[in-house]
Amino acid sequence: MENLLTRYRNVSILVGVLFAQILGLAIQVRRVKENESTLLIRVWTVTAITPLEKGIVGLESGMGNLWHNYLYLRGVRKENRELKEEIQQLRLNEVRISEDAQQAHRLQVLLGFKEQYLSKTVAAQVIGSGGSDRSRVVFIDKGEDAKLLAEMPVITADGIVGKVVRVFAHSAQVLLVNDENSGAGAILEKSRLQGILKGTPVGGLILDKVMSDEQIQPGDRVLTSGGDGIFPKGMPVGTVTQVSKGKDSFLNIRIKPAADLSKLEEVLVITKQEEKEPAVADAGNERASDILSRRLPSVPDQPPAAPAHSGAVAPKTNATTALPSASTAAHSFAGAQPASLAGSATTAPKLSAPKTAVPNPRATQPPANVPVSAPSTTENPGNGQTVVKTITDDATTSVPVKPIVKSPASSANPQSKPTQPESDQQ
Amino acid sequence: MPITYTSGEQIEVYRFNLPITVLVPLLALFLQAFLSWKLPFFSIFDLPLLVVIFFAVARRSQVGGMLTGSIIGLLQDSLTQLPLGVYGIANTVVGYGASSLGVRLDVENAGARFLVTLFFFAVHEIVYFSVARGLVRLDLRWNWPHEIAAAFANAVLAVLLFAMLDRFKQRT
Repeated sequence: MENLLTRYRNVSILVGVLFAQILGLAIQVRRVKENESTLLIRVWTVTAITPLEKGIVGLESGMGNLWHNYLYLRGVRKENRELKEEIQQLRLNEVRISEDAQQAHRLQVLLGFKEQYLSKTVAAQVIGSGGSDRSRVVFIDKGEDAKLLAEMPVITADGIVGKVVRVFAHSAQVLLVNDENSGAGAILEKSRLQGILKGTPVGGLILDKVMSDEQIQPGDRVLTSGGDGIFPKGMPVGTVTQVSKGKDSFLNIRIKPAADLSKLEEVLVITKQEEKEPAVADAGNERASDILSRRLPSVPDQPPAAPAHSGAVAPKTNATTALPSASTAAHSFAGAQPASLAGSATTAPKLSAPKTAVPNPRATQPPANVPVSAPSTTENPGNGQTVVKTITDDATTSVPVKPIVKSPASSANPQSKPTQPESDQQ
Repeated sequence: MPITYTSGEQIEVYRFNLPITVLVPLLALFLQAFLSWKLPFFSIFDLPLLVVIFFAVARRSQVGGMLTGSIIGLLQDSLTQLPLGVYGIANTVVGYGASSLGVRLDVENAGARFLVTLFFFAVHEIVYFSVARGLVRLDLRWNWPHEIAAAFANAVLAVLLFAMLDRFKQRT
C-alpha cells in the first residue's frame, strides 16, 4: 500500500485534494439549507479584491465629475431650462398622485390594510461583479459599516435589482433577480395575477406559476407582490416581452427587467421597512377636498379694521401673487376646484370657470408651492367682476372673478383667515 | 506542428518569485470581477483559468499545478454566491492536467498554447458542469455555440497573456 502511494504520489494527492473539496461542497450544500455562515476564505478574497475595485470606481467617478462638472458644460443652459419645465410638470403630477395616495390611504383605513413604508434606505455604489456569467452577483461598497444585513432588498429608481446575500465589513454581495437561484413574488399590474419571478441560466427573467388560461399581453407591467417578505409591494419589476405555453399548464412569461441589470451603477438598499395599520387620524378625518383646498391660492388676512363692505373688493394683488404657475392657473381656479368646497366655504369668493377646456381637473391642480413663473394680471373691467388673465399653454385665458362677499361672522373675527375661493360648478 | 515530444530533461522548468505568484492570480481575479461588470461581454473570458494553465505548464510540477488550480479556483468561488469548490475542483483538474502535459510536451510557442488552452478550457467546462449539476444541483444548460465561442476567445487571449507573463519567468 505504501509503495502504491509512493509510486502514484501525485495522483494520490490529486485524489486527496479533490475528495477534500467534494466533502467541503457537500457540507456547504447542506449548510445552505440551514443557517449558512460566511466562510473565512470568502472574507479574505473579498477583502483583497474590493478595496481595489472601490479605488478604481472612485477614481473613475472623480475623473467623470471633473470632466462633466467643470470642463464639459456644453448644453447645460438648455438642459437647465428643460429641467425647470420638467419640474413644473412633475409638480403638477405630484399633486395628482398625492391626491390618489390620500384616497388610497382612506380606502386602506376602511379595509384595514397594512401599509409598508420604505422608512430607511442606504445608497450604495456597485463596484464589481462575481466575474462569472453563471453567477449573477454584484458587489456594493457598503457592508456592515452601513448596518446592512443579508436578505435586504436592493432597488434602483427604475425597479428591483436583487437582494443582499452576504455582508462583509465594507462591502456586500448582491444576488441579482436574474440569477437562476433568485426568486421573488410578482404580480401583473393589469390582471393582478400573481406568479413567481425567477432568473434563468442565461440571465433572463421569467414569471412562473401563472396558469395558461390567463390572458396576458406583451407590454403588461409586472410589480412585486410583497408575498416573498423581502421586496416591498408594488415596486416595478419589468414588462412582459413574450408569452408562450409552458409545461404543466403554466405559461412561460418572459420579462424585461425595469432596471438595467447589466449597467448598474448606484443602487439603494432598503434597510428598514415598516408595516403599520394606517391610523384613522392620519387621513380618515380629512377629506380630499380639504387637502386640495390647502393647495389653492389663498386670500391673505384682511386687516381687522377693514369695513364690512371692503370685502367686496376683489383681491387684486393677491390674485396675482397667489396664483400658481401661469400655465395652469386658469385650470386651478375653475376646473380643479373640488365640488365639496362649495359646501364648506360659505364666505368664499365666487369664481366662474373659464371657457377653456380642462381635460382632467385633478391633473392640473397646482401645489401651493408652485412658483409663479409667468405673468398673471388682474383687471377690473368695471362690471363688478375681476378678470384674472393668465397665460395658458395655448393662449391667454381670461377668468372672470366675482367679488368677495364677507359674512358677518368672518368679519367679526379678525383672527379668522379668509376662506378659499370657490369655483362655480359648471 | 509546434507541439514536440521531449524528454523531461530537455524541458526547462521555470519558477516565479513570490510577489508574482501571489499578485498575478489576484490581479486576474480582480480584472475578471471588475471588467465583467464594466464590459459584460468580458464574462466570456476566464482569466483565472488562463493563469492556472500558464503557471502549471511553466512549473511542470503536478503537485504545484493542482495546488495552484485549487487555490485560484477556491478564490474564484469566493466571489460567487455558489458553494466553494465548484471552480476549485475544475481548476484543480486543469492544473494537474496542464502540468502533466507540460512535463511531456514543449508548449512554449503560440500555436501549442492556443491548442492547449482550447483543450483545457473544454476540460474545465466539462468538470464544472459535472460538479455544478451533479453535486450542487444547479440548473445549468450546456450551450454549444457559447462554449465553442468561449473556448476560442480564451485560447486567443491565452496566447497574448502568456506572452506577457513570460517576462516573469525565472530559469531554475
